[in-house]
Amino acid sequence: MTRDHAQPAAQAASTLAVDRRSFLGYVVAGTTLVAAAEMTGGLLDPAAAAPGVPQPAELYDLNDLLTHAAAPTADLITVTVHDDGTASFALPRMEVGQGITTSTAMLIAEELEMPVEKVRVTLADARPELLFNQLTGGSNTTISTYTPIRVAAAVAKGALLEAAAVLLGDTIESLVARGGVVQAPDGRSATYAELARAAASSTTRPVRVQLKDPAQFRVVGVGHSRVDALEAVTGRKQYATDLHVPGALPTMVCRAPTLNGTPRRLRNERAILAMPGVRDVALVDTGVAVRAETFGQCIDAIRAMDVAWADGPVAGLSDDDVVEELRGAELPLPRLPDTPLAKTVEVDVLFYFRSNSAMDTNSAIADVRADRATVWAGLKSPIVAQQRVAEELGLPQDAVTVHVVQGGGSFGRRLFFDGALEAAKISRAMGKPVKLMWHRADDARVGRGHPMATSRVRAVHAAGQVLAFQQSHTSIETDFRHGLGEIISANLADLPTGLGNLGFAETIFELTQEVPYDFGVITQTLTETDDRFNTGSMRNIYSPDVRTAGELAVDRLAEAMGSDPYTFRRSHLRNARVRAVLDTVAKHGRWGRPMAPGTAQGIAIHKEYKGCSACLVEIDCRPEQTGREIRDGVGGPRVTKVVFAIDVGLVVNPRGLEAQMQGGINDGIALALTSSMHLRDGHFLEASWDNYFYTRQWNTPPEVEVLIMPSDSGQPGGAGEAGVAATFAAVACAYARATGEVPAYFPINHRDPLEFRVKPFVPPIPQSPTNGRKLVW
Amino acid sequence: MARQTFVLNGTSVTVDVHDDVRVLWVLRDLLGVTGPKYGCGINVCKACTSHLNGKAFNPCSVRVGDLRAADEVTTIEGLADTAEADGAALHPMQQAWLDRDVAQCGYCQPGQIMAAVALVRKVRREGRSITEADLDAIRNICRCGTYTRIREAVVQGERQM
Repeated sequence: MTRDHAQPAAQAASTLAVDRRSFLGYVVAGTTLVAAAEMTGGLLDPAAAAPGVPQPAELYDLNDLLTHAAAPTADLITVTVHDDGTASFALPRMEVGQGITTSTAMLIAEELEMPVEKVRVTLADARPELLFNQLTGGSNTTISTYTPIRVAAAVAKGALLEAAAVLLGDTIESLVARGGVVQAPDGRSATYAELARAAASSTTRPVRVQLKDPAQFRVVGVGHSRVDALEAVTGRKQYATDLHVPGALPTMVCRAPTLNGTPRRLRNERAILAMPGVRDVALVDTGVAVRAETFGQCIDAIRAMDVAWADGPVAGLSDDDVVEELRGAELPLPRLPDTPLAKTVEVDVLFYFRSNSAMDTNSAIADVRADRATVWAGLKSPIVAQQRVAEELGLPQDAVTVHVVQGGGSFGRRLFFDGALEAAKISRAMGKPVKLMWHRADDARVGRGHPMATSRVRAVHAAGQVLAFQQSHTSIETDFRHGLGEIISANLADLPTGLGNLGFAETIFELTQEVPYDFGVITQTLTETDDRFNTGSMRNIYSPDVRTAGELAVDRLAEAMGSDPYTFRRSHLRNARVRAVLDTVAKHGRWGRPMAPGTAQGIAIHKEYKGCSACLVEIDCRPEQTGREIRDGVGGPRVTKVVFAIDVGLVVNPRGLEAQMQGGINDGIALALTSSMHLRDGHFLEASWDNYFYTRQWNTPPEVEVLIMPSDSGQPGGAGEAGVAATFAAVACAYARATGEVPAYFPINHRDPLEFRVKPFVPPIPQSPTNGRKLVW
Repeated sequence: MARQTFVLNGTSVTVDVHDDVRVLWVLRDLLGVTGPKYGCGINVCKACTSHLNGKAFNPCSVRVGDLRAADEVTTIEGLADTAEADGAALHPMQQAWLDRDVAQCGYCQPGQIMAAVALVRKVRREGRSITEADLDAIRNICRCGTYTRIREAVVQGERQM
């Protein structure tokens, strides 16, 4: 091909690229400048789909589904420029620590050419008109809002330039917007503060805007500290229980001694009402609520309550019963290729229940009146919460106002609105506003978690080739009844062939799971059973468990085929991006360096949410580590070093991305080594942080290195959950290599003698100690 | 009911409340000082960590009746005023937290910062500096898993205190 021939092709590509950045937006009628974005497609790059690969998640993943679902209504989002020179935006998503208020402020600052510090991002109230586009989950926020937010900001910039052209008597083309100021070539300038009102429009009009060329980005891609960091370190950041709503007194609930048991009667109501500070008690379906002047007095009242209970649906059940149930639900693995020389590698792993309880427990403020209700809570699916609260109260949906408050963590928990719905019921029953807070013991024992599951892998190899890789995942039902269901039903018809007929969980499974290796015939199946437990997503959905079983099997395959875990993975990966992250951790983590007996390296990869990751860990399983005595905690094997590489495509905020990986690493370690829930006689034993052993400082790796891969992708990927799966898998592989035994269950300490004294179930919550003065240090 | 008097962030306060109510609820529910967070109520998560006469304590496990009028309770809201630099808007440990961009959801961070300041004071009383073992022994839980940056910030804050 000659140069002449090449040139038109290059031009065509460049025109296409420009068209990709051209979008329609609106200047909306108002007294100050209000710009709105309309989604005009182009969100999903059809060329991004890999050709000729067998698994659905590679062609169309959960994020495509969420993005498609969001597309028709995302055009309703607006950026407002105020006459103090600031811009504001109400994000229809929830901030729970993952950093989306910061990344959103960065996107607006980038496109609107103003300092990040002058952009205020708040969380939008429930907006039913957004239909499916107000769900925070699946690490989808940046993926789905990346374009519309920039379009709205670009429209705003255009309107400011127009107003400046009039004011400064120059043409738009000669003006430059930068740092919140429009400059004319003659040196005169106008600030956004001066232009905001002049740029306002009396009518709503459509405008076409060109988005900035990513090569010109100055804010996006440069690490930025969180916009709420100062509030967090000064104690000014407010969560639901920090809000002051007149009359909303502290309220807690006395819960049943068996999971999801229900109250029949409070036998000593009069005595409870006579207790210091107690104002109201009320029976609701989840327990007996008490409202008092302080939460401490709620605790006292709950501990004094004499309640008649009806058993919950899993009364009498223990871990072993659920394991047996799961084993009974397992489907036979498919038949394998019948080759005389074929050898089989099998892995069968059990994952116990785990809690997604966040630091900020389920909490909500509710003020229910006869004709209306207002709710304040951390909600990732506020529209569904609004619908369900309205339905419960018998009110029209628009009579329920739902304010979304920042949450102190979520990890999947706040996809549900258990606290908000319960607060509304209590407020109605008492006829007063309530500030409901779940006790930690409630949040741990009755709150949601990741279901118990088994994952079986059977792989066949012959003559140096893997012929088949089959994985069958069997799980207690994962609850998705938080609104994703609406998205699914809206999109079922558009799903790739065959997916529309699958059940909901199976659809999510199909859209998220993928084995990115050249392993011949690959199948992955999901079977779910039993809806009696309180479950949900937990910083990722299926991936941490599925990938851990899968990567343990990959290590077994490598061993059986006489290969090293790293080189085996490398030679079988069929995706260059995954190979790149794998190579990166192997190099930076010095894969294969000599390790002392009882210690080992482990390496694993993961691909999901438009990104891919690899993790290399070093673990120390020697007695001096495992024998550590830790008060009110567990030591066990120590992950001494983690090297993690992440490729999410376009990175909006590398500083935030690194933080998300660091957090996910600690989650992965907890899942592998220390944290689980024990079900005994119909209730979970773990009631607080001295029972449920999430990673602590004495478990966290002293050495953590996160490497962010350069990318020429124009699309961002998900970040909030991406750190967990590869870490869990790498720790599992390292543990197996250090000890010579592939664990049959996770976390590895689950069947050890309990490291804590079980707190009572009646009363359901522990009393606060009084010896704090003696423990001052 | 009883009148309870103590010094809160440099100012003497008096509250009408039973002796038995834990200081955490007096601060949060009655005085509206919400920097100390509830995370367990049994002194294991350390989210409410504050200072009593300059040392770390957990208000969830002290009865308000056990406070004396001269006892000085410092919460995250009053930490900056205890810094050596007069009129500083932030304590050096808070600045270290900003520099390392430690917080994610932020819920546990007031307690983490108060514990970190107490740790620096403790090792100084012992005539030494913070070790890896000291960092391993920090009991404050962070469910977002910000431990790596907490370790970095504590060491930086120690240098600047």
